Amino acid sequence: MLREFKADLHIHTCLSPCAELEMSPRAIVKTAIKKEIDIIAITDHNSAENVIAARKAAKNTGLTVLAGMEITTSEEAHILALFDDLESISKLQDIVYSNLMPGVNDEKRFGEQIVVNEKDEVLDFNKRLLIAATDLSVYSAVNTIHSLSGLAIASHVDKDVFSIISQLGFIPDNLKFNALEMSVHIDRKQADALFALYNSYPWISSSDAHYLADIGKRTTTFIMNEPTTADMASALNNIEGRRVEWG
Amino acid sequence: MKLSNIVENLSLEVKTGENNLQNDVTGAYISDLLSDVMANGKEGNVWITLQTHLNIVAVSGLKNLAGIIIVNNRPVQEDVLQKAESEKVTIMSTPLPAFEIAGKLYQLLNG
Repeated sequence: MLREFKADLHIHTCLSPCAELEMSPRAIVKTAIKKEIDIIAITDHNSAENVIAARKAAKNTGLTVLAGMEITTSEEAHILALFDDLESISKLQDIVYSNLMPGVNDEKRFGEQIVVNEKDEVLDFNKRLLIAATDLSVYSAVNTIHSLSGLAIASHVDKDVFSIISQLGFIPDNLKFNALEMSVHIDRKQADALFALYNSYPWISSSDAHYLADIGKRTTTFIMNEPTTADMASALNNIEGRRVEWG
Repeated sequence: MKLSNIVENLSLEVKTGENNLQNDVTGAYISDLLSDVMANGKEGNVWITLQTHLNIVAVSGLKNLAGIIIVNNRPVQEDVLQKAESEKVTIMSTPLPAFEIAGKLYQLLNG
């Protein structure tokens, strides 16, 4: 049976140096449920160490938490990686960590990178330079995500920094994104006018929340059968009545 | 060479960090990728870029750069200027493109 799933697929936790301290997995899950969201994705910069806590916090709530990450490619383009399972995200994290620019996070300049559990207890401070870029090109990032059966989505393509278009000028034909993401800064009409060139790609929109108040500010509705990345892929491609709506 | 000499000779508009113009300049680095500057920028370098994201302030502070020259008169958001002011990072602006301002700076430093 097809039904509507309200999804916010781009949410940072307190592990991202630029996100607020209050973005604990528990608080995110609580806020998402309050806003009647059905699917969220935890997408920290170049790390997925708070995904497990968010999943545990959402256990028995009806909220689906996708295992995600926002990868910074060597071109400094941001790409969302979304998975159903923890095993894939863990493999991706190993690859990203081994390709991340070496260095230690400077908490004073970039912000703290806090790993917590589902009860908001601090487990660790991630010392890696998560704000920096990896050595993975956009091609290898997308290929790596697909080889692990995940969805690869180009983040906030309308932004003039850290987007595939701002960094490369245009989206190369042979880059197989599952979707392009529009940010909260642009509505559907503006997107249609500005990105007509890219209407062969499915589009979604999400909040890119760095603050609790941002969660759900923009969502995409997936009309599909079950909250899995496979069914989401079908919805993105309008297969068997499945589809997506936003804005 | 002092940053103030460069500002004067290249007619740069100083947007933040007026008080840091006595900084010594060791050279310059040109890049629009933040991570590249983090890897290859050197202390005392002037950074020539069109990148105006908030993170330029952090990168400049981290690498102890002498200052940032924004090219093509690219507008810099108010929040970036405020952060730069509070972090004592000097942001300067020029109407020239990177190639031309770099050429002039090279001559000035090596002339």
